[in-house]
Amino acid sequence: MKKQKCLIQENNTSNPFDLLSEEIIFMILDYLKPNPFDQKSFSLVSKSFYSFESHHRKTLKPFPRTTTTSSSSHDHHHHHHHTTFKKLLKRYPFVTHLDLTLCPRITDTYLSYISNSCGATLKSIDLSRSRFFTHVGLSCLASKCVGLVDIDVSNGVHLNDTAAAAIASCANLERLCLSRCKSLTDIGIGCIAVGCLKLKVLSLKWCLGVTDLGVALIGVKCKQIRTLDLSHLLITEKCLPSLLKLQYLEDLALEGCCGINDESLISLKQGWKSLKTLNISHSENVTHVGVSSLTSNIGCLQNLDLAYGPLVTNAISESLRKLSQLQSIRLDGCQVMCSGLKGIGSSCVSLKELSLSKCSGVTDDGLSSIVMKHTDLKKLDITCCRKITQASIAQVTKSCPSLISLKMESCTLVSSEAFVLIGQHCQFLEELDVTDNDVDDEGLKSISKCSELSVLKLGICLNITDEGLVCIGNGCHKLMELDLYRSIGITDKGISAVADGCTTLEMINVSYCENITDSSLISLSNCSKLNTLESRGCPLITSLGLKAIAIRCKQLTKLDIKKCHNIDDSGMISLAHFSQNLKQINLSYSSVTDVGLLYLASLGCLQSMTILHMDGLTPTGLTAALLGCGGLTKVKLQSLFRILLPRLVLEHLEARGCVFQWRDKVFQAELDPKCWKLQAEDIE
Amino acid sequence: MDARKKHLASLDPWSNYDDLNQQQQQMANSSNLDYDAMIRKQMETIPLTQMNFIQQQQQLLEVNDKTPSQLWDPKTMLSNLNVMEQKIHQLQELVQLIVGKSTSMDQPNQLLIQQQQLVTADLTSIIIQLISTAGSLLPSHLPPGSYEILQLEKEEILAPHTHFCVICGKGFKRDANLRMHMRGHGDEYKTAAALAKPHKEMGSEPKIIKRYSCPYPGCKRNKDHKKFQPLKTILCVKNHYKRTHCDKSYTCSRCNTKKFSVIADLKTHEKHCGRDRWLCSCGTTFSRKDKLFGHISLFQGHTPAIPLDEPKGGPVVVHEQGDTNNNNTEGPKDVGFFDFNFNSNGASGSGVQISGEPNVCFSPMNGFQEFPRSMFEESDSLNFLLSSGSYLWKNGGESSSKDLPLLVGEVREDGNQHAVIVRRKCKIETCVKNTIVQCLGLYLVLSIWDCYLD
Repeated sequence: MKKQKCLIQENNTSNPFDLLSEEIIFMILDYLKPNPFDQKSFSLVSKSFYSFESHHRKTLKPFPRTTTTSSSSHDHHHHHHHTTFKKLLKRYPFVTHLDLTLCPRITDTYLSYISNSCGATLKSIDLSRSRFFTHVGLSCLASKCVGLVDIDVSNGVHLNDTAAAAIASCANLERLCLSRCKSLTDIGIGCIAVGCLKLKVLSLKWCLGVTDLGVALIGVKCKQIRTLDLSHLLITEKCLPSLLKLQYLEDLALEGCCGINDESLISLKQGWKSLKTLNISHSENVTHVGVSSLTSNIGCLQNLDLAYGPLVTNAISESLRKLSQLQSIRLDGCQVMCSGLKGIGSSCVSLKELSLSKCSGVTDDGLSSIVMKHTDLKKLDITCCRKITQASIAQVTKSCPSLISLKMESCTLVSSEAFVLIGQHCQFLEELDVTDNDVDDEGLKSISKCSELSVLKLGICLNITDEGLVCIGNGCHKLMELDLYRSIGITDKGISAVADGCTTLEMINVSYCENITDSSLISLSNCSKLNTLESRGCPLITSLGLKAIAIRCKQLTKLDIKKCHNIDDSGMISLAHFSQNLKQINLSYSSVTDVGLLYLASLGCLQSMTILHMDGLTPTGLTAALLGCGGLTKVKLQSLFRILLPRLVLEHLEARGCVFQWRDKVFQAELDPKCWKLQAEDIE
Repeated sequence: MDARKKHLASLDPWSNYDDLNQQQQQMANSSNLDYDAMIRKQMETIPLTQMNFIQQQQQLLEVNDKTPSQLWDPKTMLSNLNVMEQKIHQLQELVQLIVGKSTSMDQPNQLLIQQQQLVTADLTSIIIQLISTAGSLLPSHLPPGSYEILQLEKEEILAPHTHFCVICGKGFKRDANLRMHMRGHGDEYKTAAALAKPHKEMGSEPKIIKRYSCPYPGCKRNKDHKKFQPLKTILCVKNHYKRTHCDKSYTCSRCNTKKFSVIADLKTHEKHCGRDRWLCSCGTTFSRKDKLFGHISLFQGHTPAIPLDEPKGGPVVVHEQGDTNNNNTEGPKDVGFFDFNFNSNGASGSGVQISGEPNVCFSPMNGFQEFPRSMFEESDSLNFLLSSGSYLWKNGGESSSKDLPLLVGEVREDGNQHAVIVRRKCKIETCVKNTIVQCLGLYLVLSIWDCYLD
């Protein structure tokens, strides 16, 4: 590199970039990767840069852009997206990964373009959000793109066995995701099992047509499988023996497989020698008997998920004793006996992760006995363990100083002093969820010592004010996600401190913090990486604040401005101009009208739109706007419009891949902010 | 050396270079001779030292008729091995002789070659003998040459009857019927002995094992084939010949595709025809899915085949080859898709005529209804299905492509076909346009692709 630099200085007269080898320019481009806009700017410098960028790009994520023009120029008809799509593929000849998640409508025609254009260079394609393609397009892909190793056709509820047979001809496939392909049967899976012998990762989650036979055949044929997701399948013990033949299987998910019970687990005489991660959560028919039998056969298991499953007794913990390498247990939603917890404390060697979210029966006694033994604990989830008190937190913070994640939403008996302890002892915390707790400013002041903190959830913490939040802003410079949902004590001062201190912020939720004004949004616009802004029910913010966000936060993808009555069409204009990455927007109860919506139609990425109770909407304007947004996949509308919108327009939109969700909810007046907390307590 | 070569060709395991073996050779090939008598005759003529060998062979033949449990006789095995040992010794001597002579170097080449051939033939003979000794343990595996080979002519095989009257030539399917018939030709056929079942008549006489050869030259079941595998019974011959070398003239009346040359096969097939829905890529059909999957897991490269008469709803798109002719893909495909969903939702009482029988329909939701609802995630696909169901209804159930909404963005460049499509969907397009023009004075040009950078 140094030599090259010298050269550049010597030959000042000619274009210095001519001296750089393609490799070096590609390296420079690699550095630009984190910000897609930089790459785009690069390509616009000159013809040669344009060509460099074209040849360098490996990943492509196209979206259908829609434009509005003021006159009916018929030439534009010919600029339809087929041609543009072709051009796009031609421009990037070395694309290996094609992400079509922004394209709801991918027909066989597109797949045939792709297969002709990308050919053998294409390694991976994501069709998980696309519909309207069939086995014809998939066969095209399979025949031309022989290098394909990764296909994602999740959510392909329309795909049948013929489509699976087409996929099966991709002999080099290593990763295949078929989640929610509900029309597939054993026949299709059988084709895949025979055709794709190199499969390493396979997900059949929610493929309800697949039974033991198909799964067993996978076990017999696809010897290379490492990761297998069979969640929610109606399989029984019949397929397990052949799955045991998978000698490289490391990760097996059997979540919600109702057909698997104790007997099936007991019938397994041998276990998987290679298995590291096992998920048998939501298995209502598996008790401690089955778990004990299973775990005694899987020696090197590292992660075990038993969520929403058996009663956690001493018997379970006894069975875990054999797992010398166990690092993580999930027992979410299980009924936990104190003896069970104590048993886990004594029988497991060294746990790094423990999740007891929504476990009933977790007491101070039980929890303390675990954390006292597992002092190396990195992640602890005790969400909604409503029996524990400050005593538990004191023990946790004292015993587990290396904790990096603590989730303790709604631990209602824990008093405010406990949160001071967290800040004092857990210096390495990266994630802290204290939603709906009694944390106060003193607590926040202490928590602000956790300088590594990147996710902080302070929703429904009614006792915190700007004073505490300012400390967070000053102390936690690595914060990426901050949730202040309904923390009504927060005002612009606090937000501004966070915005100044935590410039890496990516997500913020200030919903129902009623005192927030445009000033907050203007200061938040300092966070250039912001991609999610939820400011629902902030009546004081206006289009001006939104404009600041739109201009400076170019990565904004999700925006919720429901019940921001003061936001109007001008806010939409700025979004339309600057927020080209916006995917999801909620405009319900705002003052946006037809005109504003129509401006949004220029946002090609826009996929989801919730537009309820907006007085300024007329059927005709709405029609135009909806037709303009080419990439829409989900629209929430009042059912009134179902009658008011032209039937053919709705049909056209549906055919384009948009799903309408009709809502009948009557206008709801805002509740007293404090009442929220009371309501939550009433639910218990 | 001609005789030697003949041995080689027939690969007779018992061939050797002494008289005894030539006699045996005759024995094996002479099918009409009385076996027992021949053995006795041999025993009279041969020297005592070689008696052992004959007995051996006789034992072997007898052994073959017994059940497997009786087969393993250590004594027999031992003497078999002894015989082989003797043979090996003889061969050793011969080879030593060759070695001794070759040192003098004055041998003509031709003799040397002959000797080599001799040694090879003997070795082959020993190997085959060894195999047959071991093979005799298997119940149905007869060592070659230990049975009589019969070959029926093609006409005989294909004749509908197998039992013919020697007097009048009338044919019968069953021998018993022939015997009943024979009574009419004279009193001599009415005796108890003549009427009794033929094999009982034979009584304690040792039975010569009969095996059959297929008359078709080149067939593996033909005795001249290198790896000849004999057929066990006449029925086997008949079925084999018809199945392998005859036209399949019986067609299944149900499926009209499967053809058979043996009527019994047709009948067996017809019992299951229509029920064998499970098809393998190799063409084999199964009445049960688990049988198909068992088959597939056993064989490499076999794949479950998707039946041709699959779902009406399954996208049956014939267009779309390359870039030029893919204009119509949306139309029929979507129709199929909606049609199929409509069926599976079974919107009863709608009065819409659905093409195709609903039960033939390949419905993914069949399984769905069998399980408790709570098990399933909130399914937006279900919403989608319902909405598409009503879609068809709105169009009066006429699922033709002209009723499909035009996808405004999908207008095509290429001349005539494009025009046709637009005209077909004209109604909708103008509607969409008018709406927009009326309300906003704006005209939308839709769906221009661009690259989204990551």
